[in-house]
Amino acid sequence: MDRRDFLKKSTALALASSCIPRQLSAFSSGLPSPQIRPVGDKSRVVIASRSDAKDNNNRYVGMNVARLVDAAVENLYRENAQKVWKKLFSKDDVVGLKVNCLAGKGLSTSKELVDAVSERLLQVGITPSHIIIWDRSDKDLQRAGYGLYQGNKQPQCYGNNRFGYTSTLYEFGEVGSLVSRILHDQCTAVINLPILKDHGIVGITAALKNFFGAINNPNKYHHNTGDPYVADVNMLADIRNKTRLTLCDALTPQYEGGPPHMPQWTWQQNSVIAAVDMVAMDKVCWEMIENQRRDNGLPSLKQSGREPTYIHTAADDHHQLGTDDTEKMEIVKA
Amino acid sequence: MFSRREFIKSTCGAGCLLLSPVPSKIFQGAGLAQAAEIQRPVEARYYEKQPNRKIKCVLCPRECVIDDLERGYCGVRENRGGTYYTLVYGNPCAVHVDPIEKKPLFHFLPGTNAFSLATAGCNVLCKFCQNWEISQARPEEVKAYQLPPRDIADLAKQNGCVSIAYTYTEPVIFTEYVYDTSAAAGEKGIKSVMISNGYIKAEPMRDLCQVLHAVKIDLKAYTERFYRELVNGELKPVLETLVLLKSLGMWTEIVYLVIPSQNDDKNELQDLCKWIVAELGPDTPIHFSRFHPQYRLKNLPPTPISVLQTAKKIALDAGIHFPYIGNVPGDPGENTYCPSCGTLLIRRIGFTIVENKLSKNLCSKCRTKIPGIWL
Repeated sequence: MDRRDFLKKSTALALASSCIPRQLSAFSSGLPSPQIRPVGDKSRVVIASRSDAKDNNNRYVGMNVARLVDAAVENLYRENAQKVWKKLFSKDDVVGLKVNCLAGKGLSTSKELVDAVSERLLQVGITPSHIIIWDRSDKDLQRAGYGLYQGNKQPQCYGNNRFGYTSTLYEFGEVGSLVSRILHDQCTAVINLPILKDHGIVGITAALKNFFGAINNPNKYHHNTGDPYVADVNMLADIRNKTRLTLCDALTPQYEGGPPHMPQWTWQQNSVIAAVDMVAMDKVCWEMIENQRRDNGLPSLKQSGREPTYIHTAADDHHQLGTDDTEKMEIVKA
Repeated sequence: MFSRREFIKSTCGAGCLLLSPVPSKIFQGAGLAQAAEIQRPVEARYYEKQPNRKIKCVLCPRECVIDDLERGYCGVRENRGGTYYTLVYGNPCAVHVDPIEKKPLFHFLPGTNAFSLATAGCNVLCKFCQNWEISQARPEEVKAYQLPPRDIADLAKQNGCVSIAYTYTEPVIFTEYVYDTSAAAGEKGIKSVMISNGYIKAEPMRDLCQVLHAVKIDLKAYTERFYRELVNGELKPVLETLVLLKSLGMWTEIVYLVIPSQNDDKNELQDLCKWIVAELGPDTPIHFSRFHPQYRLKNLPPTPISVLQTAKKIALDAGIHFPYIGNVPGDPGENTYCPSCGTLLIRRIGFTIVENKLSKNLCSKCRTKIPGIWL
């Protein structure tokens, strides 16, 4: 082997080794540890729905959204909701609630959903200062109607801009990013609270894509319909190891024109979708978007050149973040 | 001539500068107020409006189609309600005084200083970027200064600079700032140079050429594979930019960072050199620069100097008159020789001109005209 061959092979080896999840050995797969996974052989995705999630004035009813959260969690774990929350989190946890507020009011994670989740965490005994409602920037949060807060009296609410990003570069596959200090330094656990919507480049935004808000350079990872970038971002240790539950806001999703809010393309789904397997959740969400597109005479995402293939990639042997095989899923409607 | 002491001083200085991946020293000049946050976004110049508040950026060949409230690949241009804005206009994050040889531009006012500046952002993603902390950052991640175009020429003069260099990151993504600054500086007798990857569409490049005096293009390889896998860009548009610059009469030099096993194949270098001679002419200088492990390409060793010497020989054999070796302070490959009689005309050590025997723009021995922009 000459010098050139040696360097080429060592480069290939280095690139390959960078694709090996560094802490994967702690788990049987990329999924959270068995202690916080729902029991059963299949990846369970719960679609909890209530027609009274909104009142006659088209405003969300906090109490009913909270009931949706409880129903989603109980059906996911097949256990009393209070027990589930205690199983998932300890009093010492600092829990980040990763919302998606890019599109402003109308197409951001609803405050009622966040309030319900915060309330359940407080009931576990977590102090308000250890609950952090968090997204990319203060401005995004404010635009979506969230009140910024840093203190002890209520859950925290602020953007990445307050604390910046790690100085260390975290890498997996094609991704090399600095990670939000809120996630890296402050949170011991994360509840992923995405919103379900169409995305003009990567197809859909739901569970996996929401963590683009946890890195410094998401603008670099939208091309090729976000594949493999969305999957690679979710392999970063802070995201993979700290995310314990995903509750997707599918109350008023949008099937076209995203990511900005285009009310003409929203529909009343009145659902909260729960899963621990984010890949399975995204597969279900993808189908919901496709169904709406078909019912409204729009071409499929594939025909539109933005099939969210990153969902398949997230399920492949390199990533093992979950399953996209509906045969291996249990979809529960509650 | 240099004394022994001066020689050692200049060599050490050059070595330190070369080893420093980020610009050497942050400029602390008067009048530079640090910006608390992004100042006054300015409407971008190269974009098309599309339905549903989308826009299509036509600044670089990537042609990002961007939804409302989203940013382009560069991270510094944002769609706000269907109008596209640059977020870095007048907000450089790096401002320094550098020798022009650091750019490197060897045939442009040698021995002078360039007032050098950069904003955050870049339109490619090189795995070997030496300034990735600012090039791959969004504007809000870096500390920036408020420095409007009209003030820069005066600052340059106050600091003994005869030119302004847009450098460190990628000037294409702050093209409006480059244009306005260069136009204002030109009126005050200060020249402007752009240190670029050349990944830009023809119209904005043509516009910039109206106010620029020299361009250095980082030609990162001569294969699309390299551009695809290590740059996240394309080779073809960069070659087109080089041809455009030549056709517009812009003084252009090329830097080719030689990365072991990635773009140092002899056949590739031969093809590249033949292309340069055919399309740009033999008087286009090319700098074969030494790679040092950086950013996401830390697994490769620094380029062996012998490989750089081979690249230089290939260029000479192909007919290129001014091939240089870069990032190797003290190597004779840094010097300029007369292509006709072989006389040593400009001797350099790192960024320092040790000796300049040019007689205006002529070889002092055989009177051959040496191409470039000289003092």
